[in-house]
Amino acid sequence: MISDVAQYLVTSLSLGGLYALMALGLIIVYGILKLINFAYGELVMVAGYGLLIFGRSPWPWIIVAILSVICAVIAALLMERIAFRPVRHASPTTMLITSFAVSALLQNLALLTISPRPQVPRLPSIFIRNLTFRGIRIDVLDLSGLIVSILALIALTVFLRRTVIGLSLRAAADDFTMTRLMGVRANMVIAAAFAISGFMAGIVALFWIGNARSTTPTIGLEPVLIAFIASVVGGMSSLKGAVVGGYVLGFLTIGLQTWLPQEVNAYRNAVLFGIVIVVLLLRPDGIIRPAYSREAR
Amino acid sequence: MSGSSFELKPLLARISTPAILASIVIVIAAIATLRNDIVFERVVTVMFIHLLLVVALQAFMGNSGLGSFGQYAFVLIGAYSSIWFSLSPDQKNLALPDMPQTWWLYEQHTSFLVAAVMGGLTALLVGGLLGIALVRLRGASFTIATFAFLIVIHSVALQWRQVTRGSRTVLGIPQYTTLWDAALWAIVAIVIVYAFKESTIGLKLRASREDEDAASSVGVNVKLMRWMAWSLSVFLSGFGGALWAHFIQQFSPQSFYLKETFLIIAMLVIGGSGSVSGATIGAIAVALSSEGMRQIENWWNLNRQTGTRVGEFLPFQLIGFTEIVIAISMILVLILRPTGIMAGRELRGPRRKSGGSGPKPELAVDGSNPVPEPNL
Repeated sequence: MISDVAQYLVTSLSLGGLYALMALGLIIVYGILKLINFAYGELVMVAGYGLLIFGRSPWPWIIVAILSVICAVIAALLMERIAFRPVRHASPTTMLITSFAVSALLQNLALLTISPRPQVPRLPSIFIRNLTFRGIRIDVLDLSGLIVSILALIALTVFLRRTVIGLSLRAAADDFTMTRLMGVRANMVIAAAFAISGFMAGIVALFWIGNARSTTPTIGLEPVLIAFIASVVGGMSSLKGAVVGGYVLGFLTIGLQTWLPQEVNAYRNAVLFGIVIVVLLLRPDGIIRPAYSREAR
Repeated sequence: MSGSSFELKPLLARISTPAILASIVIVIAAIATLRNDIVFERVVTVMFIHLLLVVALQAFMGNSGLGSFGQYAFVLIGAYSSIWFSLSPDQKNLALPDMPQTWWLYEQHTSFLVAAVMGGLTALLVGGLLGIALVRLRGASFTIATFAFLIVIHSVALQWRQVTRGSRTVLGIPQYTTLWDAALWAIVAIVIVYAFKESTIGLKLRASREDEDAASSVGVNVKLMRWMAWSLSVFLSGFGGALWAHFIQQFSPQSFYLKETFLIIAMLVIGGSGSVSGATIGAIAVALSSEGMRQIENWWNLNRQTGTRVGEFLPFQLIGFTEIVIAISMILVLILRPTGIMAGRELRGPRRKSGGSGPKPELAVDGSNPVPEPNL
């Protein structure tokens, strides 16, 4: 019984942590640009193919993983420079449609240049092991996901609180025009937001693909959908909301999987996205309200 | 544009846009008939159905300025609900084997046209109810909500085996939609949507697109106008789904998802969402050029597989090339000419010069009039 609970906690915290990182990657860009980046999932895909390509080298896996995360960061920066910077002044709908096009472009590029079939990258053998501690069995993949996601959250918090760029990012999310009047360069702030977004996607990809064991051109779809749900439910206008939304969704997902009968679980996506619509309608700021709301609704 | 000046316009000017667009459709249909090439005829028929869907999307997006990623939810509903009515009980045993024979729906067997209208009405029923809630949302929230709805409908269709056969392909649907049927309904959609755009409702809605608060303050019921445009769009999408289902004859919930959504949005964005002409031109341009690219793909892959002299130089299999070109052109349009090919204008016949017809303002992709912001 206790081992069940412990397993449930570890799995949920691990999944919730990854979901929180996904949501953060989406929200950090949204907060500044009001761009909901549909192509965010493709950053996960880029890191996945990074694992595949660098995995063929003789280097240790940790180097491969770092290089893959760097790939995702570079892809995010390129995306911003090439596609999003020119439409920065357009309406949120225009930007959303642009990101939809970027997403389709990257998916089909992967289809064309790599393969439509799932590819299996090299993964550390420790990922499939599990630890037993006083009769409690815990998967190493879950445990490392839990630890790494918490470390990434701490790193982001320190970065946002203690560095000048972090401060500018937080200020820009509050009031971009005012921040720019204070002499902060817009291009720099936005690039930083995209770099963080790519970093989060890269970290998530390591565990996502560690779990799926293969990479496909459409692997990014599910992470981006999860990021949508977590950030809408948690609140689009605060980073705290994204984290809370991620953990809530993690616990909910594992909970539903464990306790709901199979037939009902088949409708899980329908229920989750139904909740998204209801939250948008009834509580557009999400469950965590921002300190003060800038936009009159 | 007040009512009286509208009546003073010569009749010709009023009908010139739908007339030009209809004749483009008729000319293409005639060419397809004369070429007597069955593959080309199929391509053109599907193109006309897509044209109808793009025009339906324009009715909402172009006038309201809101983006919808949820259109294919209604195409799905229209396609499935039309076959509930058009198939005889015997045909249902094959196509929808999980539907209980005790159901009222099981007994229904109507003509195709009735079934297609039922497809549209079912979509309208679902979409109309959803619309009551959705019209309250603005900007990106609206788009995300429609996208969430697409996923809801997609996953319900995958699971609700009694009415959809779940994830498996529905087979054996009789073909009713011909090339000229598709052309006819595309023209009907063009006429309806153009009339809607020129109506008072369309005008009020476009006023709200430019400035929602200002429109409300002069007495425009923005939410009601939005709901009407949404409902028109949803009904036409359902009807289009029925036409498609009875042309393609086999489909599954996977036939109505992101790839299809992307294609319709690309057509509208490339053509220009601000006008019915933009929707029409965009659908035709994208459909014909992707057919051309698909032929290049086939030629490439065939040469490569059979190992001809050219084939040896072709390094990889060409998959997804068409989508890449569409995506790149869409991004380029969004960056360089966000108003699309037609830039919010309609194709019109020659007009005598009359005062006050200055250059039209440029509209952005969602139809809004971009207010220049200070440099970011």
